[in-house]
Amino acid sequence: MDNILIYFYSYKEAIFIIVLSIYLGIEVISNVPSVLHTPLMSGANAISGVIIIGGIILVGHSDLSHLSLRLVIGIFAILFATLNVVGGFAVTDRMLEMFKKKK
Amino acid sequence: MDAILTTYNGVEFTIGAAILEFSYLLAAILFVYGLKLLSRPETARKGNFWAAAGMVLAMVTTILLHTDTAGNYIPGGNAIVIIITVAIGSVIGLLISKRVKMTAMPQLVSIFNATGGIASALVGLLEFSNPGNESLLVTLLGLIVGSVAFSGSMIAYGKLDGKVGNISAGIMKYVNFIILAAIIGLTIYIMFQPNPQDVSLMVYILFAAALAYGVLFVMPIGGADMPVVISLLNSLTGIAAAFAGFIYNNQAMILGGILVGAAGSILTLLMTKAMNRSLINVIIGGFGGGGAATGDEGGIYKEISVSDASILLAYSKKVVVVPGYGLAVAQAQHTVHELEKLLEGKGVSVKYGIHPVAGRMPGHMNVLLAEADVSYDKLVEMDEINKEMETTDVIIVVGANDVVNPSANDHPGSPIYGMPVINAEKAKNVIVMKRGMGKGYAGIENPLFFRDNTRMLFGNAKDSLQKLVNEVNTL
Repeated sequence: MDNILIYFYSYKEAIFIIVLSIYLGIEVISNVPSVLHTPLMSGANAISGVIIIGGIILVGHSDLSHLSLRLVIGIFAILFATLNVVGGFAVTDRMLEMFKKKK
Repeated sequence: MDAILTTYNGVEFTIGAAILEFSYLLAAILFVYGLKLLSRPETARKGNFWAAAGMVLAMVTTILLHTDTAGNYIPGGNAIVIIITVAIGSVIGLLISKRVKMTAMPQLVSIFNATGGIASALVGLLEFSNPGNESLLVTLLGLIVGSVAFSGSMIAYGKLDGKVGNISAGIMKYVNFIILAAIIGLTIYIMFQPNPQDVSLMVYILFAAALAYGVLFVMPIGGADMPVVISLLNSLTGIAAAFAGFIYNNQAMILGGILVGAAGSILTLLMTKAMNRSLINVIIGGFGGGGAATGDEGGIYKEISVSDASILLAYSKKVVVVPGYGLAVAQAQHTVHELEKLLEGKGVSVKYGIHPVAGRMPGHMNVLLAEADVSYDKLVEMDEINKEMETTDVIIVVGANDVVNPSANDHPGSPIYGMPVINAEKAKNVIVMKRGMGKGYAGIENPLFFRDNTRMLFGNAKDSLQKLVNEVNTL
């Protein structure tokens, strides 16, 4: 019991963020009409490309003087994450445009 | 503002760092706001825009203002490498997203999900060997979850594209279990090393095992369960990004990742509910559990000719179309819209009854019909359309089967008993468009086909619809 409390206390900020984000995610998403399931999924998918920040930090502080495996993998991480972000948002926009243009 | 060191309440920081954190807060707010707007049809496009804006903001400020532990900014040379990489990725991403056909949307969503997963895995792999990293457990978890999301999404893509078949040997259950146990064991082993970074070989093995697990876990899952799997994988990618966020103590990454994880989980649950199955049941695969043969199956089905069908449709007051995966396969969305317009022109009210798991991803039918310009107020959700069944003159089932199977309502022995379905049999007339008398994904008979008020119209959905359009035109 003490261990759990100590763990909670030492990571309290992180735990607050996790719990509240989960709650927020559930609140924001529930009651979405099924018309929007695909765009929502693909838009959310683009947001998960936020891992690109990690890639930028990695490559940003890498040593450029020689071509290391680390640098190459980091560049690939950025490349893939960009595909996720840009492709995801662009295709979501394309879908939503179709939803809109009728009357 | 270069390296102005400020002290407040004993905490030292630079103004640049403060601005960076503030921009992450803004980005996080934009993610939440964007997602909120995305959940309403009128504002969805704006929501997507604002979420994207949040992402751009976070990227730009990270390049400009991020400092390493020694307080060094990202050097100009590195910034250029990053910008060039992002530019290349953006061009490829834009080209793919503009070029891909709407019918290939499930594949595309899977591909983009895979790229996010592998990016998280690679970041985890690199950060693990970083000696300054104090959060090894989350690093490993990010690596594992990202890898599973990547290889799982690639297999899902292959299946959706018809490149990968269903392989579901009974032994797979055990293999999956063993790999999962190995992943957990390896993680614990690595964590208990006095110097975890010394066992980098183990980390590569862990990476490989996680990739293998993703492959094996999606492999046996059948086509009709794809909506569940795709939203589950989507949620995993979010969780992987959140784990990576903990490495950098980056709140925008944590919040963005968890938000996606939570949203994906909700969608996954919605999908499993729509199939009346548990997530475990979907993952383990197959319609297990007492799939005994249904009693009153078989019987005589009656066909209808195109001309009779068109007369029936043209002189109805109310027609409901129930689309399924067959519509997507035949790419008949434009033809069905043509028929809809033609009938509306003759004063027939036409609506679409959309089952939540019709197709291969959540909302698949909506996207498909929207592409053909069908107005979204004509797309009616299952519960709503079921209320209107008794007053519907003709219901046309196009390439759907299990989602209109009445056994789900009245046959406790049926494997799909309890799954919510569109009650097509309650309409006055039912026209079923099918290629043949083959069974649906669940491999069970559909008594709907043998009801007195049901007529079968065999053939490719697109051809049949085209013939109907031509015939109705002459009336």
